[in-house]
Amino acid sequence: MSNVLALIEISHRGEIAASSRGLLVAAATLGSPIAVVVSSEPLADDDVARLGELGAARIYSAVTPAAGTVLVAPAVDALSRAVEAYEPAAVLTTNTADGREAAARLAVRTGGSVLADVVQVRTDNGTVVAQHSVFGGAYTVESAVDGGLPILTIRQGAIEGQAPATTADVSTAVMEATTAGAAVIDRFNDDPVVSARPELRSAATVVSGGRGLGSPENFVLVEQLADALGAAIGASRAAVDAGYIAQTAQVGQTGVSVSPQLYVALGISGAIQHRAGMQTAKTIVAINKDEDAPIFDVADFGIVGDIFTVVPKLVEAIKARSN
Amino acid sequence: MKIVVLVKQVPDTAEERKLDLATGQLGRESADNVIDEINERALESALRIKDANKGTEVVAMTMGPDEASQALRKALSMGADSAVHILDDSLEGADTGRTAATLAAALRSTGFDVVLAGNESTDGRAGVVPAMVAEHLQLPLLGSLISAEIADGAVSGVRQGDGGTLNVHAGLPAILTVTERFPEARFPNFKGILTAKRKPVATLSVSALEVPASASRTVVVSTVERPPRAAGRKLIDDGTAANELAEFLVVNRLV
Ligand SMILES: Cc1cc2nc3c(=O)[nH]c(=O)nc-3n(C[C@H](O)[C@H](O)[C@H](O)COP(=O)(O)OP(=O)(O)OC[C@H]3O[C@@H](n4cnc5c(N)ncnc54)[C@H](O)[C@@H]3O)c2cc1C
Ligand SMILES: Nc1ncnc2c1ncn2[C@@H]1O[C@H](COP(=O)(O)O)[C@@H](O)[C@H]1O
Repeated sequence: MSNVLALIEISHRGEIAASSRGLLVAAATLGSPIAVVVSSEPLADDDVARLGELGAARIYSAVTPAAGTVLVAPAVDALSRAVEAYEPAAVLTTNTADGREAAARLAVRTGGSVLADVVQVRTDNGTVVAQHSVFGGAYTVESAVDGGLPILTIRQGAIEGQAPATTADVSTAVMEATTAGAAVIDRFNDDPVVSARPELRSAATVVSGGRGLGSPENFVLVEQLADALGAAIGASRAAVDAGYIAQTAQVGQTGVSVSPQLYVALGISGAIQHRAGMQTAKTIVAINKDEDAPIFDVADFGIVGDIFTVVPKLVEAIKARSN
Repeated sequence: MKIVVLVKQVPDTAEERKLDLATGQLGRESADNVIDEINERALESALRIKDANKGTEVVAMTMGPDEASQALRKALSMGADSAVHILDDSLEGADTGRTAATLAAALRSTGFDVVLAGNESTDGRAGVVPAMVAEHLQLPLLGSLISAEIADGAVSGVRQGDGGTLNVHAGLPAILTVTERFPEARFPNFKGILTAKRKPVATLSVSALEVPASASRTVVVSTVERPPRAAGRKLIDDGTAANELAEFLVVNRLV
């Protein structure tokens, strides 16, 4: 079976990114998964065991003092060495800023091509075929690479399941710190960990708030409904721009794309750019006081009403029913 | 300081955008074509540096069909000093690899201290062209910035990462990509629109550039359109709608 490289992202605190699961599922679909990991210290036994559980048949562990101090370049160096060593049929990264930049540079360095923002993978007579969800799910496009190495960036939360667990063999490579032509990391500023809510990209239920909330204080209404439903929190760009909530919660064209079982839009007009991030949800519920709001065009259940009267009652009704 | 801003003309995201089902390529006629908003924000940050420091030269560069000259015209009317249009029939349908190789060659010939680009385009959403350009030119990339300081000799900025942000820096020359957290762009004023007509636009063909050939390219295998969603029930709240919705969620096993 051909080798497939998967660039595993490890936070500066040493945690394996949650996206690694889907990445290794995709890698196992295409061949034998080799996890490429860059760190400043040799991998701990726990990490090796965890990557095996997630399906890595082999781990290519690149150890370099540049990890965590030089931006992206160590990952590109590690990947290009692993490409030489394992002659993979494909290289997979996560569709994060780090993953995309590593994929892009690797493509130039190895003469390959990038298939970006991939939501599913398959092989067709030995050719790696990537699936993309384009224009907010309005189109499903499949693409491939003609000549050269296919390098795929996999959308977070898009690929479900779990690759068969293995016990991974580890190959360690010590790399020098290359800093030429790279940016330097001065500091990490972690987001405060504030909630036990599910992660937005993979949540089964998402409750989003828009400009209709009116103030950061009022945004608590979104949180209350989210907690009653066990949901993740999202937002429109207008709500983010107004400072009601962090940018990472933005759903839409230029934010996160979600495909939950249930999406609830509160005080969101449903501009085409917002719909581009949520219209593939299984069920859509909208509450908006403007009966002509375009969000109702895609809602399975719409309420024309004031969120400040409807949502508190809804929270009560849900609590009463779940007791 | 010379700043080149990479601008891309894209179909307006405010309209319904179409793909050609036979080729998988953008249907350029389906929506109006405009400068990608993210590139206007990049240009705005370049213009602010120019406002504060008159010695700054701002160049808008695009690779695209004839019509993309309108995007350059807008950039000039906003305040860019000159523009570069890479225009060549052989570039039709170019993938990210070919686009980046071509832009890199043009940047080499134009020269620059800083290149500013968008973190991702709204049509392709690939977010890879600037990093590919950086690799071709062997330069540092400060990508996905939410803020930046551009000074003589060095750039620094705050990058949006996955569970937080990072402070990053590099020497010049360097490539930066901005996110939507950068300020909205100014509107062209009357004087800007008038003077734009007199500003220089250089048109470059591929033969005028040294673009390395690539054996690899991306191809579209298939394009399928999804049926649009239909609207469902819509209630006007008379005090009971919240209960009905709770009932709907229960019946559909969504709570
Ligand atoms: C290039 C580009 C990319 C973009 N990307 C995104 C994106 O990723 N995500 C995104 O969301 N937007 C995006 N936008 C912006 C988008 O066009 C809209 O401006 C934005 O989605 C509007 O947010 P909103 O619905 O919260 O605000 P508004 O459009 O102002 O709507 C607020 C709604 O709240 C309702 N309302 C007010 N008070 C109440 C109340 N008490 N009870 C009930 N309803 C109430 C109003 O009737 C109104 O419909 C993008 C735009 C561009 C140009
Ligand atoms: N054809 C192009 N002409 C000029 N700039 C481009 C072009 N394609 C991409 N870019 C730049 O690269 C950024 C990211 O694009 P992409 O990698 O396609 O998502 C854009 O916001 C532009 O700044």
